[in-house]
Amino acid sequence: MGARERSVAAVPLSVLAVLPLALAAQLYWHHGLPAPSAAATELAPPPPQPVLEVAAAGDRTSFAKVLMLRLQAFDNQPGISIPFRALDYGRVIAWLGAILRLDERASYPLLAAARLYGEVSEPAKQRMMLEFVHEEFLKDPNRRWPWMAHAVFVARHRLHDMPLALRYADALATHVTDPRVPSWVTQMSIFVRVDMGETEAAKVLLGGLLESGRVTDPAERRFLMRRLEELERAGGK
Amino acid sequence: MWRQTKTIAWFTALEARRGRLLRLMAATLLAAFLLSELAAAAAVTESNAIRLAFLAATLRVAAVFVLAAFIAGSIAREQADKGSEMVLSLPLPRHVYYLGKLAGFAVIAVVIVVLYALLLALHSPFTQALLWACSLLCELLIIVALTLLCSFTFAQVPAILSAVAAFYLLSRTMEAIRLMSRGPLVDTTEPSSRLIAAIVDGIAYVLPDLGRFTPTDWLIYQTGGIGELAGIAAQTAVYVALLIAAGLFDLYRRNF
Repeated sequence: MGARERSVAAVPLSVLAVLPLALAAQLYWHHGLPAPSAAATELAPPPPQPVLEVAAAGDRTSFAKVLMLRLQAFDNQPGISIPFRALDYGRVIAWLGAILRLDERASYPLLAAARLYGEVSEPAKQRMMLEFVHEEFLKDPNRRWPWMAHAVFVARHRLHDMPLALRYADALATHVTDPRVPSWVTQMSIFVRVDMGETEAAKVLLGGLLESGRVTDPAERRFLMRRLEELERAGGK
Repeated sequence: MWRQTKTIAWFTALEARRGRLLRLMAATLLAAFLLSELAAAAAVTESNAIRLAFLAATLRVAAVFVLAAFIAGSIAREQADKGSEMVLSLPLPRHVYYLGKLAGFAVIAVVIVVLYALLLALHSPFTQALLWACSLLCELLIIVALTLLCSFTFAQVPAILSAVAAFYLLSRTMEAIRLMSRGPLVDTTEPSSRLIAAIVDGIAYVLPDLGRFTPTDWLIYQTGGIGELAGIAAQTAVYVALLIAAGLFDLYRRNF
């Protein structure tokens, strides 16, 4: 027993009696409560942008990261798991857009849109996500091209919608201007055209690309010239 | 004994007035009001719901924090000044001193709740604001009893406030933690997972279910009822009795 403590005998009997009784009452009360039940919470629309700006308390980047994690974890609410495709995609897109406006250099929202929410088995929702990626890509093409390139892949191989894949590939060819971006990105539209049977258009584009001097790597030039020759042979038959 | 308890309660409440606690509460009220108006002005739709949500959440947290800080500071100051030793040297049972302090702080909680309820009643139906206010009072009574217990146990303000904050957050999130301990990501065949779930359940048994207290839904969707409030009041009575008994047990064993 420490010097600052008296014996338990110093505690009045009434207090000694009430303490276990109150504890027993608490245990009994808790035992009588219904077991916690998991209920899926609907994804609410994001608050207006000015409210998010205030809530960020001056640190928009960190706040955007927290919001992104919260959105991404929305499929795993306490005690329940919700498939991505069950989410309201209009609201998911609104959140992704709001997060991008808080942190414009972030690639996480576009990655999530293209590779997480865009990979569900509902074509209508996939198309919504791809359109979102396309709209956001146009705002900063030289930074956001990877997600647009993935959108071409999803449109071509998952949705089997070649005109859509071509539209996205053309957007890459038209808007990406940074020389540091790999050249296959801007060449995607040529190969989509080949797949679509538009060999004449593909030949023109490929020939133009080789003449422009933008392809400097000798191996890459050889590969593209071989493809051009194949196209010309196919066109001559 | 009743008269002595009232006297101690009166002086405790008077300290709040002299310590300008009411001015601080008025300042938090103004800050919460301005924040909620800003949020409502920025909203495209449901502006009153957004206003109420901001107002209710801010006021609830502000009330808990300010009241706990005031109690912790008041008891710590009294112990540093040897004021409590002086009072306890009088022919006065320790429980009278303890209950007097508790009653004084409870009166301050009532004043805070009335101030807040008046503001909320401007934006929501009066009966729902009244139910919400009664629930907030129950929540604050638990915080008063807990902070008083911690104040005599820990004596140092940072330790007291940390303990109260941890208790409050844990009590408010316990339901979600319990669900997560058995959620779809948990392998319930693993003994470690079952042990963790059992520990979480055990902790939940000795905490009040604050997650059911003072829901903002009552103000926004008018879903509050006397049945829910009765359950909250019963939980408050049980838990405050437990905290008082624990506080008295500690106080009676203490050598000043």
